[in-house]
Amino acid sequence: MTPVLEVAVHRRLPGFTLAVQFATAARRVVLVGPSGAGKTLTLRAIAGAFRPDSGRIAVDGHVWYDGAAGVWVPPQERSVGYVPQNFALFPHLDAAGNIAFGLERPRSDESRRRVAQMIDLLQLNGLERRHPAELSGGQQQRVALARALARQPRILLLDEPFAALDAGLRRRLRRTLLELQEALGFRLLLVTHDLDDARALAEETFRLEAGRAAFVAAGGRLI
Amino acid sequence: MTGRGIGTRVPAVFRVGRPLGRGLAAAGWAAAAAGFALLLGLPVLAILVRSMAGGSLRAALGSPVVLQALTLTAWTSLAATGLAVLLGTPAAYLLARRKFPGQALLDSLIELPLILPPSVAGLGLLMAFGRRGLLGEPLAALGVNLSFTTAAVILAQFFVAAPLYVRAARAGFQAVDPELETVAHTLGASPWRTFRRVTVPLALPGLLGGLVMCWARALGEFGATILFAGSFPGRTQTMALAVYAALEHDVDAALALAAVLLLVSLLVLVLLRWGTGSRGDAGA
Repeated sequence: MTPVLEVAVHRRLPGFTLAVQFATAARRVVLVGPSGAGKTLTLRAIAGAFRPDSGRIAVDGHVWYDGAAGVWVPPQERSVGYVPQNFALFPHLDAAGNIAFGLERPRSDESRRRVAQMIDLLQLNGLERRHPAELSGGQQQRVALARALARQPRILLLDEPFAALDAGLRRRLRRTLLELQEALGFRLLLVTHDLDDARALAEETFRLEAGRAAFVAAGGRLI
Repeated sequence: MTGRGIGTRVPAVFRVGRPLGRGLAAAGWAAAAAGFALLLGLPVLAILVRSMAGGSLRAALGSPVVLQALTLTAWTSLAATGLAVLLGTPAAYLLARRKFPGQALLDSLIELPLILPPSVAGLGLLMAFGRRGLLGEPLAALGVNLSFTTAAVILAQFFVAAPLYVRAARAGFQAVDPELETVAHTLGASPWRTFRRVTVPLALPGLLGGLVMCWARALGEFGATILFAGSFPGRTQTMALAVYAALEHDVDAALALAAVLLLVSLLVLVLLRWGTGSRGDAGA
């Protein structure tokens, strides 16, 4: 079976209907579109934050939701790394505590090694004992990535990951993402309203407009 | 400047640049504040002074009636607070996070006891759990009798005090970003683990503040208790009731009891201050 990301989500809300559908074999997928188009809602559906009215969500043959078949895998058992726009770091835990949160038996040697590895990978050395409030925006972003990737998820979901960062940091973080994917081999689904992000990262881009998705172009050929 | 000063109707407090007027205004503010402090402070002071003066405080503290009332008050108020935490925490969390049928009703139910006269609360408890009450009658048939027992004291305290905990806990939960819970779920944490490791630690200042206020309210409960539980020494006579009962035959004993209750109240205030103070530090 060709590994694919398959997303079909229908959800009716007061004043908004999400009816997004796309499937792709690309490993780096970018979802673009104006704010209010349903990009975040789509990510949250894949993360398992809510149960859609109907549709199907499958990653590499693992079905996480199938309305017709009555399949619903709770977020705990999906293999997703979800980084929301505000990063949602746990403010009462330090950087290392945040990164270790999703690991089983956080005090075991294996977990400690994992945390140390993530800290190295995301260049967070020396910041382990800092709480989120004591970190800069870029550092918070990297802690959130480390936390999401520590569990080696099948897919990494990023919601406007660069919104709070200046141009220099953006470039650095895009490069970091590519390197991380090379090293850890996760699928990447990134939501943005910035076409530069799509150009720099996407193998395939989908445009979301008023709750509907349309294939745009392979990343390099956009515009 | 002089032209504006004459004949203006601007209250003295708001005029600027005139030392005399400013001095008078300041004196007026200070006098009002002093009057306010006097009206609130004098009764407190009076209890302390009068209870010390008679030397009755020490004697009263040694008397079995006082000790009985003190122990009863301590454990019933703690039991009522424990019950409030046990039953109120899920309610507070649901009110903070979900929309559900009957939400408006539950919302009103946690506001009502705060404004309801305690005597009405006591009557309501009698009508519900008393011997002839809605639930009391079937309970009586089973041989369970609540009214005029220690359980009734706890129930009365719970009724008037638990809403304070639930309101504070709801506010505490509302201050926790739901996205943190979503992320915790994607990190493999069960809803219960998420609640324990993320939601409760972050809502803790609100939960603790509510807990102390609930306990303080239970500690001083009078009206609902005297109607629903009566005033039987050793069984239902808490400190507040003992003050009232002692007043009939022994003012000194009443004063001593009142002084003890007052000191406990001050302790609660200090605890609350300390709690909110550490909350401020955590936020910084």
